[in-house]
Amino acid sequence: MNYTVDSPKETKKEKLLNYSTQFNKEVVLDVKNLSIFYGNKEAVKRANMGIEKNAVTALIGPSGCGKSTFIRSINRMNDLIPSSRAEGEIIYDGINILRSDVNVVALRAEIGMVFQKPNPFPKSIYNNITHALKYNGQKNKQALDQIVEESLRKAALWDEVKDRLHQSALSLSGGQQQRLCIARTLAMEPRILLLDEPASALDPVSNAKIEELILQLKEDYSIVIVTHNMSQASRVSDKTAFFFNGDVVEYDDTKKIFTNPSETKTEEYISGRFG
Amino acid sequence: MAKASVSSSAHDRLILTKNNRRWDEVRGRALVTTCAVIMIAATIAITIFLAQKGLQSFFVNNIHPIAYLTSTNWNPTGENASYGIFPFIFGSLAVTFLSALVAAPLGIGAAIFMSEISPKFGKKVLQPVIELLVGIPSVVYGFIGLVVLVPLVRDHLPGNGFSLFAGVVVLTVMILPTVTTIATDAMRSLPNSLRQGSLALGATRWQTIRKVLIPAALPSLLTAIVLGMARAFGEALAVQMVIGNTRDIPGSIFDTSATLTTIVTLNIGHTTDGSIENNTLWSMGLILLIISFIFILVVRYLSGRRKV
Amino acid sequence: MNSRITDRIATGVFYTIAAIMVALLLYLFYFILANGLPQVTWDFLTSESSSYKAGGGIRDQLFNSLYILVITMIITVPLGVFGGVYMAEYAKPGKLTSFIRSCIEMLASLPSIVVGLFGLLIFVNKMGLGYTIIGGALALTIFNIPVMVRVTEDAINSVPKEQKEASLALGITRWHTIKTVLLPYAFPGILTGAILASGRVFGEAAALLYTAGLSTPSLDYGNWNPLADNSPLNIFRPAETLAVHIWSVNTQGLIPDIREVANGASAVLVIAVLVFNILARWLGSVIHKKLTAGK
Repeated sequence: MNYTVDSPKETKKEKLLNYSTQFNKEVVLDVKNLSIFYGNKEAVKRANMGIEKNAVTALIGPSGCGKSTFIRSINRMNDLIPSSRAEGEIIYDGINILRSDVNVVALRAEIGMVFQKPNPFPKSIYNNITHALKYNGQKNKQALDQIVEESLRKAALWDEVKDRLHQSALSLSGGQQQRLCIARTLAMEPRILLLDEPASALDPVSNAKIEELILQLKEDYSIVIVTHNMSQASRVSDKTAFFFNGDVVEYDDTKKIFTNPSETKTEEYISGRFG
Repeated sequence: MAKASVSSSAHDRLILTKNNRRWDEVRGRALVTTCAVIMIAATIAITIFLAQKGLQSFFVNNIHPIAYLTSTNWNPTGENASYGIFPFIFGSLAVTFLSALVAAPLGIGAAIFMSEISPKFGKKVLQPVIELLVGIPSVVYGFIGLVVLVPLVRDHLPGNGFSLFAGVVVLTVMILPTVTTIATDAMRSLPNSLRQGSLALGATRWQTIRKVLIPAALPSLLTAIVLGMARAFGEALAVQMVIGNTRDIPGSIFDTSATLTTIVTLNIGHTTDGSIENNTLWSMGLILLIISFIFILVVRYLSGRRKV
Repeated sequence: MNSRITDRIATGVFYTIAAIMVALLLYLFYFILANGLPQVTWDFLTSESSSYKAGGGIRDQLFNSLYILVITMIITVPLGVFGGVYMAEYAKPGKLTSFIRSCIEMLASLPSIVVGLFGLLIFVNKMGLGYTIIGGALALTIFNIPVMVRVTEDAINSVPKEQKEASLALGITRWHTIKTVLLPYAFPGILTGAILASGRVFGEAAALLYTAGLSTPSLDYGNWNPLADNSPLNIFRPAETLAVHIWSVNTQGLIPDIREVANGASAVLVIAVLVFNILARWLGSVIHKKLTAGK
C-alpha cells in the first residue's frame, strides 16, 4: 500500500470539522480532535465525528485502521491497555467523557458494548442478564423476570429460549449467544450501543438476524457499529465513516459514501481494490 | 439504574463524586493492596531482622568478619574459642556446584527428550514422573540417603559412607526435577520456525539441537541451572543426614564435611540465645540470606538476556 | 564421525537419560512403599510415639502435620489469592510493581531453614512464645505465599480477555468483575495450585524445626477447648510434624526401631503427597469440565 492522501492535511481537517456540524439531527456523541496513542504509536489521528441520535453509524476500513480503537474509546474500554492514551474530546451529554474524573463504571452502563466474539458468562441464560442488574441493586425477583423477558424480546431471542432460561448460556448457538450478549447489554437500558464487529464470527443466517435486530434497535438507541463487511454497512447504517491508517478519511451519509464518495481512497476501498 | 437517572444531570451521573463512587471497588482495591503490602513487609522484615541479628557477632562480639569468613578453624566451645566458617562455606559451595554439574546435563537432557525427541512419552510419562519427584519431601530423600546410599558408599568406596559424595548425590536427585522442569519450559517455548529452518537446511536433529536450539535457549537453561543451585545451596536436612557434619575441610570427596545449613540446623537449637557461638550461627543465617539474594540477581540478569 | 551416526548416538543418550529418571522414581517409590507399607498399620497410625521404647506410632505427628497444614492454608490462601489478584489486575507496570515482584521472588527462593530461623527469631526469641503451632504455620506461610500468588496470577491471566471485557462493559466495577467473573473462572487453577502447595507444606521440615519444635505434649483428643494445654487444637503448643519426626528419629532418636518408624512415616508422608497430587489433577479437571460444560 503506497497510497498518500491527495489533499494537504489542513484542508482535510477543515472539511471533517464541517461534517460534525452540517447535520440537522441531534448529535449524541461529538468527537473532537480525538487522538489515541498506544505508546508512541498514534492509532487514531485527530478524528472528528458527530454521531447522531437514533441512527446507525458504521465504521469501516481495513484491519488496523483504528476503527476498533475508536469505538473502544467511546466507553473507555481502552483504559484496560496500560500504554494507551487519548487526546481531544468526546462530548456526551455535555461532558467530555475522556476526563480523568469520569466515573467509567456509570459511563459503561449508559454506553453499552457488544464484542466481536460472543462472550456470555458461563452461567445460565437468565443469570447472564441479571448479573449486572443485581450488581446495580435490582433484587426484586418479579422486576428481574420482567427485565429478562423484555430484553430477550428486544434482542429477538425470547421465543427461542423462553423454555430454557436456566440452562447454561454456553449451550446456545453462536448467533444466539451474540443476541444474548446484546440482550444483556440492553437490560442495562443504555443510551448508546457500541457493536464491535458483532456478526463477523457468525454464520450468514445468524448474521442476517443480527442485522435485522440492529434496524429494529435503532428506534430506541443510537448505534455505532464497526464492520468489515461493506454490504452490511450499506444495509444497516445511516452514516458511514471510512478509516484509513488512523485517519477518518471520509464521514458522510451511507448512501453517499457507497454511491458517490468524495475521496478516491474511499472509492478504492469500497470497490474492493484493497483491504 | 441508568434510565431512572437519565433525567438527572450528566455531571451527577458521570463525574466521580462521593455519591456515585463505588465503595466495593474502593474496599476491594484496599484489600488486595494490603496483601501486596504484607508481602513487601515480610520481605523487608526478614531482611532487617536477620541482618540485625546476624551482624551482632561482628559488632557486639567483635569477631573480625574477614577472619570469620576465611579462617578454617571452627572451635566455638574450646578454651581458645575460634570462629572460622570457611570449611562450611567450602562445603556449601562444593555440594552446590558438584550437584549442579551432574544435574545440569541430566536435567537439560531430559528436557530435550521431552521437547524434541519424544514429546508424547515426555508428556504422558516423564512429566508426571518429574512432578512426583518434586513432591517427595526432602527429609525422605535424606532418609533414603541415610539408609541406602551411605551404607552403599561405605561398602564400595573409601571412607565411612557419610561424605561430601553422599551429599552431592542426594542433592543431585533433589534438584534434577527443578532443573528439568524449567529447562523443559525453555525448550518448549522456542519457536517452531527455528527447528523447521534448521531441519530444512539438511541438519540432523542432533545438529539442530546443538547448534540452534541450545544456543537459542541458553539464558533460560542457565536460569534452570541457577535455580537448581539455589535449591541445593539452601537445602538443610537432607544434606545434614548424609554428609557427616565435621568441622574440617574435606581432603577428598569421600571425606565427611559440613555446610552452612547443616551447622546452623544442628547447633542453633543447642546454643544459648545471645552467646557468641549463637551469634556466629545467626551470621551464617545472614550469609545464607545474602547468597540467596545473589542467586536472584543472577536469575534476573539471565532473564534480561533471554532472546526468545 | 558421520553426522547421522552422531545423531543416533545423541538420541540414544537422551533415551537413556529419560530412562534413568523413570527408573529413579520407580526405585524411590518401590523403596519407600515396600519398606514402609508393612509398618503402616492401624495401630501405627493411632498410637502415640515413644521416645525410647520400640513400637511407637505416629498419631500425634500425623495430626500435627494436618493441623499445621490447615492453619497455614487458612492464612495463606486469602493472602496469596488477594496478592495474586493485585498482581494480575491492579499492579501497573512500573517501579513499585517490579519491586513487589522482586519481593515475591525473594520469598519464593528463601532457603526453608532461613525461614525457620526468622520464625525462631520472631516467635521464639522476640515474642517469647516458645515453639508453637502458630509460629510454625506463619513460617510456612512465608514460603507458601509466593506459590499462591503465582498460581492465582497465572489462573486469572488465563481467563479469556472476553469474559473480563464483557463484565466491565456492562458497567460493573473491576472488583465486582474479579469476584463474580474472574475468580470463579480461575477457581480450578487456584484450587489445583493450592492442593499442590499443600503437598509441599505437608512435607516441609526445616522451617518447622525451630518454630513448631521437636516435641508434642501429651494430648487428650477428647479435649476440644482450643485454650487447654493438652488440647490438640491449642495453637500455642509445640507440635512435631511427621516430616520433622522422620528427621528427629534418624538424627537424635533413642528408640530401637528407628528404621521401622522412619520407614512407616516416610510411606505415610509420600502417600499423602501422592494423594494431594492426584486429588489436585482430578478436582481441577472435574471442576473445569463442570464450568465449561455445554449444560
